Amino acid sequence: MKYLIGLGVTLMAVWLLWSGHYSPLIISFGVASCALVLAITHRMNVVDNEAVPVEITGRLLIYLPWLAWQVILSNLAVARIILSPSLPIAPRLIRTPAGQKGEVGRVIFANSITLTPGTVSLIVNDNEILVHALTQEAEDDLQSGKMNEQVIRVEGNA
Amino acid sequence: MELILDMASWILIVVGSVFCVIGAVGLLRMPDFYSRIHASGITDTLGAGCILGGLLLQSGLTLVSVKVAFLLFFALIASPTAAHALAKAAYLTGEKPLTRRGKSA
Repeated sequence: MKYLIGLGVTLMAVWLLWSGHYSPLIISFGVASCALVLAITHRMNVVDNEAVPVEITGRLLIYLPWLAWQVILSNLAVARIILSPSLPIAPRLIRTPAGQKGEVGRVIFANSITLTPGTVSLIVNDNEILVHALTQEAEDDLQSGKMNEQVIRVEGNA
Repeated sequence: MELILDMASWILIVVGSVFCVIGAVGLLRMPDFYSRIHASGITDTLGAGCILGGLLLQSGLTLVSVKVAFLLFFALIASPTAAHALAKAAYLTGEKPLTRRGKSA
């Protein structure tokens, strides 16, 4: 039920923000289409913690600024590599442990890895991720496990 | 105030464009498929992020800026997913990454 409510609130908010027209007719169109989407997705049985991660939304908002800072740092590192004449890369494949319990957590972790330039997740397994790293520094950053811990914290006990 | 906002917005847009160009240069300079993905990551994240951030400042507190923020949000989810799909497809079909010693791992 909380997933349905979460989805409904999100859909309605998106409708209001994107339309910009607040006449009764348009808003009732919005309510009707949101209700239709809710009914269809409910019948399809896809409204669950994976589609509507209401539990982790708050902690995700705390995680995102940290991730943004990491992305900026690694962007600068990779930009420096690209611009240096000798192109000092040392690409390697590494396995990094993924301690997240659920699939949503692992997807957030794998996406965070790919979002930071210098590391790209190749294969996501149950408890580890195969990663292509561009440099020793990128590997060290990832293997320090900080990002892994942060995402575990986002996941919480859900 | 308006002037400061305008300047900040233009600085962000120019910085974002510079990062897009750096990403493109990296795409050309990197030796193999996997390392090129890292270069394109710069364009996807800091390039797109700075440009959209600059546009956000241009539009101010309006519904347009909400839409720009949504654009940024979706771009930051879609681009790593696409990069991962590319890398996984390449890995599974047997594309071998270059390693430090120039040998395939």
